[in-house]
Amino acid sequence: MKNLSRYVPVLYVTFLMIPIYWLLNMSFKTTNEILGGFTLYPHNFTLASYQTILTDPSWYSGYINSIEYVVINTVISVAVALPAAYAFSRYRFLGDKHLFFWLLSNRMAPPAVFALPVFQLYSQIGLFDTPWAVALSHTLFNIPLAVWILEGFMSGVPKELDETAYVDGYSFPRFFFRIFIPTIAAGIGVACFFCFMFSWVELLLAKTLTSVAAKPIAAIMTKTASASGYQLGLLAAAGALTLIPGAVVIYFVRNYIAKGFALGRV
Amino acid sequence: MSSKTQNNKAWWLVAPVFIMVAFNALVPLMTVVNYSVQETFGDNVFTWAGVHWFQDVLHSERFHSALLRQLLFSGIVLAIEIPLGLGVALTMPRKGPWVSVCLVLMSLPLLIPWNVVGSMWNIMALPDIGLLAKVINGLGIDYNYTRQPVAAWFTIVLMDVWHWTSLVALLCYAGLVSIPDAYYQAAKVDGAKTWAVFRFIQLPKLKHVLTIAVLLRFMDSFMIYTEVSVLTGGGPGSATTFLSIDLVKIALGQFDLGPAAAMSLIYFMIILFLSWLFYTLMMKNEDA
Amino acid sequence: MAKISIENLRHSYLPFPNPDRDEDYVLKKLSIDWADGGAYALLGPSGCGKTTLLNLISGLLVPTEGKILFDARDVSRASPEQRNIAQVFQFPVIYDTMTVYDNLAFPLRNRGVAESVIDPRVKEIAGMLDLTSTLQKRASGLTADGKQKISLGRGLVRSDVAAIMFDEPLTVIDPHLKWQLRSKLKELHQRTRRTMIYVTHDQTEALTFADQVVVMNNGEIVQIGTPIELFEKPKHTFVGHFIGSPGMNVLPCEVKGGKASFAGQTIASENAANFKGQSQKLEIGVRPEFVSFAKTGIPADVVKVADAGRFRIVETRAAGSSIKLLLPEDQVVPTGKVNLAFDKAHTQIYADGWII
Repeated sequence: MKNLSRYVPVLYVTFLMIPIYWLLNMSFKTTNEILGGFTLYPHNFTLASYQTILTDPSWYSGYINSIEYVVINTVISVAVALPAAYAFSRYRFLGDKHLFFWLLSNRMAPPAVFALPVFQLYSQIGLFDTPWAVALSHTLFNIPLAVWILEGFMSGVPKELDETAYVDGYSFPRFFFRIFIPTIAAGIGVACFFCFMFSWVELLLAKTLTSVAAKPIAAIMTKTASASGYQLGLLAAAGALTLIPGAVVIYFVRNYIAKGFALGRV
Repeated sequence: MSSKTQNNKAWWLVAPVFIMVAFNALVPLMTVVNYSVQETFGDNVFTWAGVHWFQDVLHSERFHSALLRQLLFSGIVLAIEIPLGLGVALTMPRKGPWVSVCLVLMSLPLLIPWNVVGSMWNIMALPDIGLLAKVINGLGIDYNYTRQPVAAWFTIVLMDVWHWTSLVALLCYAGLVSIPDAYYQAAKVDGAKTWAVFRFIQLPKLKHVLTIAVLLRFMDSFMIYTEVSVLTGGGPGSATTFLSIDLVKIALGQFDLGPAAAMSLIYFMIILFLSWLFYTLMMKNEDA
Repeated sequence: MAKISIENLRHSYLPFPNPDRDEDYVLKKLSIDWADGGAYALLGPSGCGKTTLLNLISGLLVPTEGKILFDARDVSRASPEQRNIAQVFQFPVIYDTMTVYDNLAFPLRNRGVAESVIDPRVKEIAGMLDLTSTLQKRASGLTADGKQKISLGRGLVRSDVAAIMFDEPLTVIDPHLKWQLRSKLKELHQRTRRTMIYVTHDQTEALTFADQVVVMNNGEIVQIGTPIELFEKPKHTFVGHFIGSPGMNVLPCEVKGGKASFAGQTIASENAANFKGQSQKLEIGVRPEFVSFAKTGIPADVVKVADAGRFRIVETRAAGSSIKLLLPEDQVVPTGKVNLAFDKAHTQIYADGWII
C-alpha cells in the first residue's frame, strides 16, 4: 500500500503529459505523415509548421495580440485591486461585505451570458477590435480575483506595520508604495499569476470582441481548424507555442504557487 | 476581524474597482434584462414582452435537456476530480527536488488556452490518427466520438479531468502542507493508522480548501463552453449541447435576443443558487 | 514501563554527515540512563539539541549512530507505536472533530481495546485532569490549557506506556495557569509513577518538576543531577551561569601548590587541592548567594544595586571582573570601597570550564 501510493503522482503526471506529448508529436510531423496513418513519433521530423507560424504575420500577430491584452489586463487588474484589497483588509465601511460578495459573484457569471451585451457595449464606445476591449472585459472576473487574493495576503500583515509607519511620519501614499507593497510582493506575484492565467486561457470574450486587428492566437487557431480542415500540423504547432507563456510564468512563480493556493483563494 | 476600524473614506480606495466592475457587469447585465422582457422584429424596434420569454424558456424541452446535461456533466466531473485530486495531493512528496517538478508539471494544463485544450483532445481522439482512439480501438472497443454520444461524453469528461484535476490537487496539497508536523507526530504516538490520520487530521483540516475546490469546480464546469465547443461542437446531434453552448447558439448564431437573454438570466440564477447551496451545505456543521 | 538507556547516541540532520566533523552533528555522543518511574527534565538553551533527543527517544526520529534501549530491548529503529511512548507537544494537538471523550479514547481505540475497558479508563483520567464536565464537548472549543490537558490525557490513558515525553508543553499557556498545570503534572507523576521526560529552556519549570535534571548545551550533556546538586555544585561554568538568577560568578584565577588566588588574594576553595596539571584556563566559580561583605578579603567597588523583592542584587567590580552578591532586604548596602568574602564550601575551581 505504502509503495503503491508512491506511484499515484507519477501516474497522474504521466497522464497529464500524454496529450502534451501527442500535441508536440503532431507538430513535428509532415502533413503527409499525419494523414498517412498512426505513428507514435515523427518519422520525418520537420519544423515546417513552426516556420510557417513564425514567418506569417497573420499567425504570429495573434501571439502579439494575445500577450498585449493579457499584460494590459494584468496590470490594470492588479493596480486597481491593490488599494481596494487594502481597504477590505484594514477598514470597515458602509456596505463592505455586500460589495465584496457582489464582486465575487461576478466570478460566477458565465462568459456566455455576457458575450453579446459586452460586444454591443464595446462597439458603442468604439473599442471593438482593440486589445483594450479584451483587456477591460477580462477585468470583470480578474479584478474580483485579484482583490480576493491580495486581501488574503494583506490580512496576514499585522496592522502594527501601518501604525508604526504613520507614527514615523509616513503619508499614506508614501507608506503604501515604499513599505506596504514590498511587504506583500509575494502576494502581488500570485495575483499577477492568476490574472495572467485566466486572461490567457479565456477565449469566448476575446473572440467576440475582436475581428481582424486584435485577433488573439486562440481565435486564429479555431478558424484554421474549422475552415481549412486538415492543417493538423499547423494547428498542433500553434497550440504548442501557446504552452510557452504559461510555462514561463509558472517557472517564475513556482515557489509562490503553493503559498497562493494555501490561502485557498483562486 | 474586530480590529478593523470603521472608515467610510475607504470607499475612495474601492471606487476604481467598483467603477470598473460595475461598467463590465452592470451595463451588460442591464442590457440582458432589457432584452429579456422585449420583443424585436429587427431594425431596432422593440416592444414589451413581459415575462413571455422566461415562460417560453422555462417550458422548452430544449432548455430542460440542456440543463440536465449540464448538471449531469458537473456531477460526473466533480465525482471524479475531487477524490482524484485529493488522492494525488495525499501521495505527492512533501519535500525534496520532486516537489517543484510536480507543481510545475501539474500547473501546466491550467495555463493552456481553453480552445487549445479542446484542440489537443481533438487530436488525441481523432479516429485512425489519435492516440486515445487507437488505444481504445486496440482494446477491441468501437470508439468514434463524432458519432457515438457515449464516446463523446467519455472524451469530454476525460478532457475535463485532465484539464482541471490539478487545480483540486494543488489546493489540497497546499492545505496539507499547512498542517503542522506535530499533528502527524501525535497521531504516530497515538498509534493511528493511515486511514485514521486521514479521517481525523487531514480531512478536517482540508475542509475549507475542499469547499473552495468544490465550488470552483462546480462553477467552472457548469459554465464550460470553449473546450466542448471546439471538441464536439455540442454533438453528435445535441448529445453534448450544454446550456452554455445552447445559449451561444441562440444568441450569437440565431440572434434570438429575447429568449437568449431570458435564458442567460435563468442560467446565472441557477449558478448563484447552486453555489450558495453548496456553500451552505458544506459549512453547515462548521459550528455544530 | 521501562528503564531507558541511551548508548553513544549521535544524530545529524544532514543526509551524509562526516563522522569526523563534530559540527555536522546536533547530538554528539550521548550516553545516559533514565530510571523507571523517574521525573526528568531536559534543560538547555534553544538549539542545544534537547528536542532532538526527545524525538529520538520517542521514535519520531531515527538516530544516525548509537543505540536506544528500553530495558534490554534495542528500539533504536522501532516506531513510536512499537515503543509505546506518549508525547505532549509544544502546541496542543487535538483532533478537532472529536469530543474530549473521543480524543482521550483515541489511542486505546487505535490499539483495538474493548469499549468496556476504555470507558472506565477515560473517565478515570478525565477525573484526574478535571476534564469530567467537558467530556461530551467538542475538543476544538476548549482553551489552550484545556487542550494541552487532553494531549496529556491521551498519554496517561494508556496504562502500559513506557514513558511520557513533554516538549515545552507550557509555551502557549497563560502565565497564571502555568503553575497550576505544573503542579498538576507533579501530582500526576506521584500518583501514576510513570517515567516522565520534560524538555524546557525554563529553569523554574525544570527545577520544580524534576527529580533529576539533565542540562544540555551544544549537543552535549553537561550535567545530570538533582536541582540542589545543580545549584550547589555545578559541574561546568555553563551550568553555573544557566541555572540560578543571577548566575554564578566566574572569575579568572591561578592555582599554585593547591591554593587558588584571585587578584593577589588567596581564596579558600573546596577543591583547589585536586588540581594537578598546568597551563589551563582556570576559573573560580561562586554563586552570588555565597558571597558576602566582610572586614577583610577581596577589595572591590560597588557598581550597581538592583532590588529583587526579598533581597537585593549588588554588583561590584574587583580587579576588572564583575562579582555579584545577594543581600537580604534588611541589610544596609555599603557604598564605595568594600571587601568581599566567599563561602569556602561553595567555592569551586574550574579548569577549561569543567570542575576539577
